Amino acid sequence: MRVEMKVNGVARAADVEDRTLLVHFLRDALGLTGTNVGCDTSSCGACTVLVNGESVKSCTVLAAQFSGEEITTIEGLAGADGTLHPLQRAFQENHALQCGYCTPGMVMASLSLINEHPNLDEKAVREGLEGNLCRCTGYHNIVKAVLAAQSEMGGKL
Amino acid sequence: MSAAEAKGGVIGTRKLRREDPELLAGKARFADDLVIPGALYMVMVRSPFAHARIRSIDVESALGVPGVVGAYTGADLAGEWAGPMPCAWPVTPDMKNPPHFPLATEVARYAGDGVVAVVATTKTAAVDAAALVSVEYEELSPVLDLEEAASDSEVIYEDFGTNASFVWSVEPDPDGVRQAFDQAAVVVSERYVHPRLIPAAMEPRAIAVVPSPMGDEYVVYSSTQIPHILRVMLALTAGISETKLRVVAPSVGGAFGSKLDVYAEELLCLALARRLKQPVRFTEERGEATMATVHGRGQVQQIELAADQDGKVLAVRANILADMGAYLQLVTPGVPLLGAFLYHGLYDIPNYSFTCKGVFTNKTPTDAYRGAGRPEATFAIERAMDTLADKLGIDPAEIRRRNFIPADKFPYSSAAGLSFDSGNYGPNLEKALDLAGYSALREEQARRVAAGDSHLLGIGISCYVEMCGLAPSRVLGALSYGAGGWEAATVRVLPTAKVQVVTGSAPHGQGHETSWSMIVADRLGVPPEDVEVLHSDTSISPLGMDTYGSRSLSVGGSAIFVAADKVVEKARKIAAHQLEVAEEDLEFASGSFKVKGSPDREMPLAGIAFEAFTAHNLPDGLEPNLEASVTWDPPNFTFPNGSHIAVVDVDQETGAVELLRYIAVDDCGNQINPMIVEGQIHGGIAQGVAQALFEEASYDSEGTLVTASLADYLVPSAAELPSFELANTVTPSPTNPLGVKGIGEAGAIGSAPAVINAIVDALGHLGVTNCPMPATPERVWKLLQQAKAHK
Ligand code: FES
Ligand code: FES
Repeated sequence: MRVEMKVNGVARAADVEDRTLLVHFLRDALGLTGTNVGCDTSSCGACTVLVNGESVKSCTVLAAQFSGEEITTIEGLAGADGTLHPLQRAFQENHALQCGYCTPGMVMASLSLINEHPNLDEKAVREGLEGNLCRCTGYHNIVKAVLAAQSEMGGKL
Repeated sequence: MSAAEAKGGVIGTRKLRREDPELLAGKARFADDLVIPGALYMVMVRSPFAHARIRSIDVESALGVPGVVGAYTGADLAGEWAGPMPCAWPVTPDMKNPPHFPLATEVARYAGDGVVAVVATTKTAAVDAAALVSVEYEELSPVLDLEEAASDSEVIYEDFGTNASFVWSVEPDPDGVRQAFDQAAVVVSERYVHPRLIPAAMEPRAIAVVPSPMGDEYVVYSSTQIPHILRVMLALTAGISETKLRVVAPSVGGAFGSKLDVYAEELLCLALARRLKQPVRFTEERGEATMATVHGRGQVQQIELAADQDGKVLAVRANILADMGAYLQLVTPGVPLLGAFLYHGLYDIPNYSFTCKGVFTNKTPTDAYRGAGRPEATFAIERAMDTLADKLGIDPAEIRRRNFIPADKFPYSSAAGLSFDSGNYGPNLEKALDLAGYSALREEQARRVAAGDSHLLGIGISCYVEMCGLAPSRVLGALSYGAGGWEAATVRVLPTAKVQVVTGSAPHGQGHETSWSMIVADRLGVPPEDVEVLHSDTSISPLGMDTYGSRSLSVGGSAIFVAADKVVEKARKIAAHQLEVAEEDLEFASGSFKVKGSPDREMPLAGIAFEAFTAHNLPDGLEPNLEASVTWDPPNFTFPNGSHIAVVDVDQETGAVELLRYIAVDDCGNQINPMIVEGQIHGGIAQGVAQALFEEASYDSEGTLVTASLADYLVPSAAELPSFELANTVTPSPTNPLGVKGIGEAGAIGSAPAVINAIVDALGHLGVTNCPMPATPERVWKLLQQAKAHK
């Protein structure tokens, strides 16, 4: 079947099997391999993307469900000239990634968390990111990065 | 020359990682991200049974699925192998090592053992076809419990007549140990169980093997932490000349020891790519990763301490059963040996005895997992020290002070036969106690008990020392390890003064590119941005021993340090020649050679690099170009150490344990990049805390792994952990020119005993003396009920 959606601001379309998950549509059909897969039980959040600004685990939904919607993946966050988004920069400045495998999902989940809750404290960040696993960082620096980005972003995207 | 005297002011700074922008933008390529036109997809059919005879295999209907290229059994591929799957650590000459091949042929020996490999033009076709493969099994009774396995009541390998693979011991003076126990005022005897753990790197394993269109050569892309060792082992096992194999590790999404192995699927992709003359790739599902990627830990320990009335420990005796799982993987039998010398911890204990029996079970093979052997040893001694303190009514901090190896005894010859490089344990512990506010915590603890508070406070101390950066090669030979402990490095200054560094270490999240560029920038006085670090591709970096066992900085970083200094020495010859002065009259600072006393006469490294390249005017006999290659074999291990304090809240009503605070003061010698050091400690602590509180690979009575998904195997999220409070002390290691000690595993080594000590500390006044791992609410609640029933 043909699936069309706006991905990172660009209209994209591809013919895929009905059962194709959104994550495989992005990775295999569109070549956007920044979104990762870490599990098969919707437990890890490595596959998190934004659908109309809200975070969704792209391994749990079919691509077909999102025909016509707006999707943002990690590739759509930096500026066209490669300038990192303030949240990406906060991740680097706070050493919030090591292997970087959980990172795309963690960044997308954090972005929607910041957007939805303008006054996060440490506890709220920790609880808000409960669905995203990282095996490398122990989360310490991820929490720092999200709090730092929140104050820098001043409630803006 | 120590890093403290470093030249360029780069070493020791919190430089941000150069790896990050690509990873953060989603541009980094992990193995499964690689676009490989024409690649076939391999999917495995695995035994659902822990122990079963394979009666027959029918692939007929699988072959009918459109897009299927083949479905291969072990028998079909028997001719592909020059030998069985490798185990590189035959710990004893009579070690029992059952030959096993990438696919089981007659008997499957754990749930997850590969039986058939299906190959198709798409992944979905391969998955669909794999579901149609029908295998007839005759179930055999599985041997699951480690202690039962050790009793040989049922034996997995009939030919061996036993489940024991080996028995290995260190006991330099048996009489001394016996006497110490005879004369001891107090004896502590404790039994601890380390559950099996699933390493659970977030990136599942992925492999792609691409044959060269020119014929007999193969590029192997693998999410491995050992591209160099893998190349050797693939060559030997698949019978391909090593010169025909290029192994590349792209971005690797975490490993923690689980990608320090040679896996069936790597060999299968290689053999099938060779047979089909097409690229073949495989990516494991998480549900396979939990079963078919190695597990860690899995030990039952008996430890005894003999002490005098003042709490001074006179002898330690440890007896260990180590779960090998169904087969020996790359270093499976060596894991307990890495802890074998450390059951006395960082205490000055004159008598030592260690024995370990490696035992087969019908479970996933075990192998290295962050800390490998050392978390087990540390747990045993640190738990036993607390028990000793409790018996004598001495504070846990005080019992440790009384037993620490004194600072003036370094280098310290341990009773187990090691030479500890450096350390100053007392001040390290005091710093941790200060940071924790130890006496205030004790007061709060007492207050809660007196008030009958339903929430108890527990304070757990764990002091650790570990040995890492396996070395020197000669000693590894004495331990029967199948490889050396060296690392290779090349530092090359190009004509434009850009620098290339080639390293044999293979990062998977540790930030080697950043740290290695800092070392070279510091030594050569060039901007770190001008230093490119090349790694993880055997055609670019042909020599290497890869990344595991906290070796990369102390061994690989040192190799780079030495190579950079050789470059400076060569450059000095050229500068002296062209400036017409003696070499001794030159000093090198900020990337330039200056004539002592006349600083206006100078020659920058950039100019020398160009001169070395044109070679128009070099001293007689000096080779052109400015580069040096070094293979560095360290004289000893390094011995990082530290003091960790866990503060827990235990809810008496529910048994729930909350980790309130975690304080870690570590000594890893000099630090190249403190930001990266802290990151390593954070991650390690999280894994050790997870072992103490959450994680356990559990099996049902049939031998099925019931924690086969991340929904059931509880890798902690941010919500289950606090932020950590870190500090450090520094005793530079004399073992290497950087004065560094490994820090990759330290957090995971110190933390599990700190947490369990804290729980037992909280419940001690109720008569609780031990607590199993993981300390789930249910288990802690039971302990509380038993203790209360006793009272
Ligand atoms: S891959 Fe989507 S939640 Fe794990
Ligand atoms: S950085 Fe490796 S899993 Fe998060």
